[in-house]
Amino acid sequence: MITIRRKKGLILAHSTDDASVTRRDFIYVASGTMAALGAAAAVWPLIDQMNPSADTLALKEIEVDLASIVPGQQITVEWRKKPVFIRRRTPDEIKQAEETPLDELKDPQADSARVQKPEWLIVVAICTHLGCIPSKDMKGEYGGWLCPCHGSQYDTSGRIRKGPAPNNLAVPAYKFLSDTKVQIG
Amino acid sequence: MHGEYRYEPKNGFMKWLDSRLPIMRLLDESVLQFPTPKNLNYWFTFGGILTFMLAVQIVTGIVLAMHYVPQETMAFDSVEHIMRDVNYGWLLRYAHSNGASMFFVAVYVHIFRGLYYGSYKAPREVLWILGVIIYLLMMATGFLGYTLPWGQMSFWGATVITNFFSAIPVVGDAVTQWLWGSFAVDNSTLQRFFSLHYLLPFVIAGVVVLHIWALHVPGNNNPLGIDVKGPQDTVPFHPYYTVKDGFALAVFVLFFAALVFFAPNLLGNPDNFVPANRLVTPMHIVPEWYYLPFYAILRSVPSKLLGVILLFGGILVWAFLPWLDTSYVRSARFRPIFRQLFWVFGVVCIGLGWCGAQTPDHVIVDLGPNMTAINAAVDHATKAGKTPEEIAAVQKSAEASERVTFAVVDLSRILTIAYFAFFFPGLFLLGWVETPLPLPESISKAVLGTRGGAASGGRPLEQRG
Repeated sequence: MITIRRKKGLILAHSTDDASVTRRDFIYVASGTMAALGAAAAVWPLIDQMNPSADTLALKEIEVDLASIVPGQQITVEWRKKPVFIRRRTPDEIKQAEETPLDELKDPQADSARVQKPEWLIVVAICTHLGCIPSKDMKGEYGGWLCPCHGSQYDTSGRIRKGPAPNNLAVPAYKFLSDTKVQIG
Repeated sequence: MHGEYRYEPKNGFMKWLDSRLPIMRLLDESVLQFPTPKNLNYWFTFGGILTFMLAVQIVTGIVLAMHYVPQETMAFDSVEHIMRDVNYGWLLRYAHSNGASMFFVAVYVHIFRGLYYGSYKAPREVLWILGVIIYLLMMATGFLGYTLPWGQMSFWGATVITNFFSAIPVVGDAVTQWLWGSFAVDNSTLQRFFSLHYLLPFVIAGVVVLHIWALHVPGNNNPLGIDVKGPQDTVPFHPYYTVKDGFALAVFVLFFAALVFFAPNLLGNPDNFVPANRLVTPMHIVPEWYYLPFYAILRSVPSKLLGVILLFGGILVWAFLPWLDTSYVRSARFRPIFRQLFWVFGVVCIGLGWCGAQTPDHVIVDLGPNMTAINAAVDHATKAGKTPEEIAAVQKSAEASERVTFAVVDLSRILTIAYFAFFFPGLFLLGWVETPLPLPESISKAVLGTRGGAASGGRPLEQRG
């Protein structure tokens, strides 16, 4: 039994075979480990440089004036390089969204969890399938949006109802600064 | 290797060089004098054609990079600048963009030649897998390059493809943002795609060297799929196959030139003449033709993750082909059932390509009214206590909208199943079930048409033209 110890008695390596582990083996393992750690430390900046840069991250919040939007109308604004739908829903659309039973949904979520004021639906306009923008001109079977790329359909709450997309349209963080002004981000 | 040939330096200088850097020995032994089966047909010339196309793409690409600007506000305009202002810029760009298509034409012929003649079977498995890696690298390079003109199809193609990675559970979103360097496809994406598009062809060239190395250990397969037995079965690569490859290349380049000079935009998409707009998705996104079968597989699956898995599975399954095919006979010439399945598989691939180019809802056959849905609608209206007029109206509108149809997505599903079934269980079981035809005794006997060889070895080479 051979044991390699530092002075205070911390066991660094040991073996039952006296002949097989030497001080040199220990140095091999230690230097190999240091080289691997050094390589990993050198590679990390090369990987992390591809993540969103500081100026991209700085595009955090936008303010949108809602005064000119009439019921049934929808506008598209750009937030963090992504389009965002702001839709002033009609009473029919709100009713349809609220009365949909949750067990009919692929990604069950109540309408009340997706809006702060029932009249205003704010969602990131990116299909959760492969990132296309759903079309507002083709409402699809559920009165919301139809994605032209692969045929996903969303309802008046932006929830996925049909097609390959796995999730509901994302709701961004937002708050109402006044009755006619909203801050997204 | 099969030959006994060894390089002998001819003069004092060559001897001096050979003992210091045996480069002429390498060239002579592994290219010029390399013993090659004497019965290779024109389907075996596509390796040489592919090497040529890689060189064309690298040379035209390096030159284009002298004029192109990888920056989101300038990329589209710089491509137009190349087309209009740069001397011969139109030629270089059209050669590069159509060169990519011709590169893929050649690689598909090369792959299907390997499939037909069993070039993936022992001892060429590593050679084959290296080929699959080259093909994957080609797909990545082609995709990255298509992004660079920064038109609508560039931008949205890049969006859809990079979103494949968002299907990965848990880390998907972090991975896609890392790929983009932003929260969407962006200038940072364009710049890194340009950098990688410049890099990957050289990686391909490196793997091609390994591919050729792996080819030179067992030597070429051949249309009979039987092993070379000795020098009587081979001829030196030069001049026999340098000339044959050269002739095939000349014919291939005729087609390439016809595309570049007479129909340079035949395979392009009109949407890519519109500058990228991150707020508008084109109504009909299609990838380049060479990705269409895999795109059809992706769209045939109603689940995002499974669709992406099947798409990549459709490519990776080729790497397992040496083990999925259980027959010991290489060439399809001696495998009567495989030969038929091969052509069915070819039709399946082309069918998937056609599906990939259509919109998924496109109706192929209208099978008439969907009586179940119409009756349900009428029942629903009746139970709701509506008037007979209202019920009649409901029935009329249901008859108009509820149809039983056979759409592109249905065909894609059938073809996707057929595509995978070809590999497994198709080829896997076929090896046990099929009775192969008798193999010829040797390449040389089959070529010379002596009895026993020609009878079972197909027609002699002379008649095959």
